[in-house]
Amino acid sequence: MRKLLLLTTVILVGLVFIARLFYLQVYNSSAYNIFEDTAIRKVYKYPKRGYVYDRNGKLLVANQPSYDVMVIPREVSPLDSLDLEEFCGLLKITKEDYQNKLKKARNYSPRLPSPFVPQLSKTDYAVLQEKMRKYEGFYIQKRSLRSYQTNIGANVLGDLGEVNRRIIKRQPYYKLGDLIGKQGIELSYENVLRGVKGIKFIQKDRHNKDIGPYKDGIFDTLPKPGKDITITIDSELQAYGELLMKYKRGGIVAIDPQSGEILAMVTGPSYNPNLLVGRERNKNFSRLFRDTINMPTFDRGLQAQYPPGSPFKVINALIGLQEEVVDIDDKFTCRMGYYYGSRRLTGCHHHRSPVDMNAGIAQSCNAYFVNVYRRIVDKYDDAGKGMNIWADHAKSFGLGNYLNNDLSVGRKGRIPDGNYYDRQYGDNRWGSTYIVSNAIGQGEVEATPIQLANMAAAIGNRGYYYTPHIIKNIEGDTIPSKFKTPKYTTIDKRHFEPVIQGMFDVYNKGTAQSLRIPGIEICGKTGTAENFVKIDSVKTQLTDHSIFVAFAPKDNPKIAIAVFVENGYWGSRFAGRMASLMIEKYIKGHITRTDLEQWILTHSLENEYKKPYSGEPFKINGETTLQVIPEYGINSNSKDINFKN
Amino acid sequence: MLRENHRGFKFDWITIVLFLLLVVFGYLNILSASHVGEITSYFDTSQLYGKHLIFVGLTFVLIVLILSVEAKFYERFASIIYLIAMLALIGLFIFGKDVNGARSWYGIGSMTIQPSEFAKFATALAIAKFISDIETNMKTVKDQLKVTAIIFIPAILILLQNDAGSTIVYLAFFFVFYREGLQQVYLIIALSLIVLAILGLKFGVLITAIIATLLLASVYFLRKKNRGSIFQYIIVLIVCTSFSYGVKLFYEHGLKPHQQNRISLWLRLEKDPAKLERMKKAEAYNLIQSEQAISSGGVTGKGFLQGTRTTGKFVPEQHTDYIFSTVGEEWGFLGTSLVVLTFVLLIIRILYLAEGQKSQFSRVYGYGVASILFVHFTINIGMVMGLIPTVGIPLPFFSYGGSGLWGFTILLFIFVKLDSNKINEW
Ligand SMILES: [Zn+2]
Repeated sequence: MRKLLLLTTVILVGLVFIARLFYLQVYNSSAYNIFEDTAIRKVYKYPKRGYVYDRNGKLLVANQPSYDVMVIPREVSPLDSLDLEEFCGLLKITKEDYQNKLKKARNYSPRLPSPFVPQLSKTDYAVLQEKMRKYEGFYIQKRSLRSYQTNIGANVLGDLGEVNRRIIKRQPYYKLGDLIGKQGIELSYENVLRGVKGIKFIQKDRHNKDIGPYKDGIFDTLPKPGKDITITIDSELQAYGELLMKYKRGGIVAIDPQSGEILAMVTGPSYNPNLLVGRERNKNFSRLFRDTINMPTFDRGLQAQYPPGSPFKVINALIGLQEEVVDIDDKFTCRMGYYYGSRRLTGCHHHRSPVDMNAGIAQSCNAYFVNVYRRIVDKYDDAGKGMNIWADHAKSFGLGNYLNNDLSVGRKGRIPDGNYYDRQYGDNRWGSTYIVSNAIGQGEVEATPIQLANMAAAIGNRGYYYTPHIIKNIEGDTIPSKFKTPKYTTIDKRHFEPVIQGMFDVYNKGTAQSLRIPGIEICGKTGTAENFVKIDSVKTQLTDHSIFVAFAPKDNPKIAIAVFVENGYWGSRFAGRMASLMIEKYIKGHITRTDLEQWILTHSLENEYKKPYSGEPFKINGETTLQVIPEYGINSNSKDINFKN
Repeated sequence: MLRENHRGFKFDWITIVLFLLLVVFGYLNILSASHVGEITSYFDTSQLYGKHLIFVGLTFVLIVLILSVEAKFYERFASIIYLIAMLALIGLFIFGKDVNGARSWYGIGSMTIQPSEFAKFATALAIAKFISDIETNMKTVKDQLKVTAIIFIPAILILLQNDAGSTIVYLAFFFVFYREGLQQVYLIIALSLIVLAILGLKFGVLITAIIATLLLASVYFLRKKNRGSIFQYIIVLIVCTSFSYGVKLFYEHGLKPHQQNRISLWLRLEKDPAKLERMKKAEAYNLIQSEQAISSGGVTGKGFLQGTRTTGKFVPEQHTDYIFSTVGEEWGFLGTSLVVLTFVLLIIRILYLAEGQKSQFSRVYGYGVASILFVHFTINIGMVMGLIPTVGIPLPFFSYGGSGLWGFTILLFIFVKLDSNKINEW
């Protein structure tokens, strides 16, 4: 017995040790991850972010250096009051700020770096850099911020912001304090523009001093610079569009139909992209974002979804021809509207009657299109089948769904089909007379300006379009092939000519006669959209939105455009003028219709936008007077061109 | 028997192989833990690993010397060796040199010698000599007091030099005494005292007293025969309670703050999070770093000279008391379990050999060697892994330092010599 005491104790201790070691080194130990190893300092080197050029090679976005003070909370040693005061002074923060920021960083992670004070000014950086050694646990991280070479195109260019924790969790490439594209092309081309940051692993000692590269630097990487990109935007056209949109709300999208390249993408009101750079970014961004009245961060060219109104009529004409339910010479009578029995299903304005297709489009006759539309839907005994065929045709123009392009935001729009009305009214408990609003682009049909511009491009191309996109060229890379393959509509090429002739006559002798541009054959279509808001929970109608869709020249079009102006009243009043000016600007490079330009620049819709918030009763549409901007001092031809579409 | 087959080599080769394994592996880890920057020459004596290589080289000279001396020399001169060792310890009070608050070194030129490392084998020899004396009877209180005195003299001297860790090592001789006839009751008392001390500190004197009462009462009622007077039980209870209270008093007033904090951390006594945080930064700093280094090694380790925490010198005193954390980081679970296994095998081998000795002197000495190695092994590795409170003692054959390496080598190889002489009694 006496012999066994030490022996058993030795064996017991051995077993306990092995168990403890097993717990520490096998059970409780995760696979070695150098990023978790606090003995290794990770020093990131940020690459140059790719520059952005416009289609003519003009530099739009470059970079500027920025310096963030970063903190690793567990390495911070308490500062005595004198040092603390100096440090806070250099950073321009209070002592309470210091404590709060430190606490916040520690809550995120005691061992990972967090930004402490981001984006120092150059002078602050110069002073601080000298003294940085004194403040253990803090260091300065150099990054590159954007430097905008322009004041336009905020919605196109987008901006950079700090990554949030959700992104870091999904994409571990990003570390707290990193910048990432938040909107626009910065978001959609983030991976191309950002490059890959370089990293150096440095062996530290326990006093946090560097003692040399980890494993002689075999894991270190150099930063890979981001690629420069050229976008399809014509910055002069974009700037001109933004100028025209001043004092209005709305969107303009212009596309090159022969390539699908977006030439301009205007939204109003907009803001200066330089507001979203630097230390004030978050403050400015939330100010813009919270402006629910003007909604400057809402891209009206891409996100404003409304019934398109009359421009949609040409789609119905094309579908009618394709389905062979109407011939271009078929004439329909219009008695200031369309009557079903004695019930008027839709009104119309005064014009000569009866009308054939050409006059129907040029005069924008509602009755004509209700007739065509009903023939399409009622072609088969089953209205649902007719509706589905109609919807498939309409969707082949890129309507009713996302365009699947390279823009960071968008809306689907809506093209209703048979199922939609089955759900609405019950299976087969509806007929074509229920849904005649679709004939004239009202009712359930909805589209965004970019979809309408694309629709115009497809018509101008006589039956195909390229997915509208914003990327023109990526340094050392190709652009996705989906942007280079045409998408064909379901309408045969031969049906387009008469419809295009109708759209040409809109300018020639129809609702946009006064908008003609000498020397350019423009095909267009005016539109309006009724709209309502709730004021104190009462549905209240506001002045109609002004819509215009066009392409030019008539043959081999170079530009297709959609303009949408909130509460601009009829189509040719604001949207039509602006579309004509944009087309002239792009094709000729200068403006000859200075009268149109003057009118647009001197007329504002701002008092129109104030009405719903005024708390007082107000008038709309024809009963309002237009606001003239005093500083232009021109009291000229405010005479309106009085055509109704 | 094995060694009869090896006519030319009469020393126990298993012990020697295990010893070599520890020394070589120890040297490799010291190299890792102590090098700064590139290793230009392994013999660079301005570096600790260079010095240690020389210590290792001299160790072999020492071994040859020890093995060439006649075995009976050690028994005959045991008392003299003990006396010299004690004088060396006493001399420290006059000629000693302060290092980190402990006065346990002689400085000779650039060399330092730590006599306490040599006092261990000297005491082991003296104990063996005393117990193996025909007139000694370990069952008598008189002789028990005498052996206690033999170990108390060096223990007290070392304690006075502020080296509490090395003092604790002398508790190892309890195993020797027990083997040589110390009554079982001492074992029971020793275990009870340890349990009482821990209970008292962790749960308070009152709860300890209640537990003791319940235990004694159940013993009293379960024992139908010879249960003795109830007053005996009451006296035992009073002794237990007073001991527990005494430990508490000693903990609160007798210990230095850093010792107090080490125990407090070990038993998790501190409830105030702010103070706990401070203690973790001070007393537990080494331990936290060492545990992190060991954990980070995983199963296979980061590789020789590849440990990031070892390279960065994150664990203070890593080449001495905390050398085991280097093994953990660079060689992983495979390396650490190999070291543990090697120690266990070495101790068991020594015990096995000791039991086979014909002379009581050799047997007692062998037991002493095994016990001292065992206590060092247990305390050092237990401390580095956070199983027991921090006590600064080296890992035999492994930790950096000439005195330590030589002290343990002499300790072990005297036994190897004695063992080799077994068949050829004098
Ligand atoms: Zn009509």
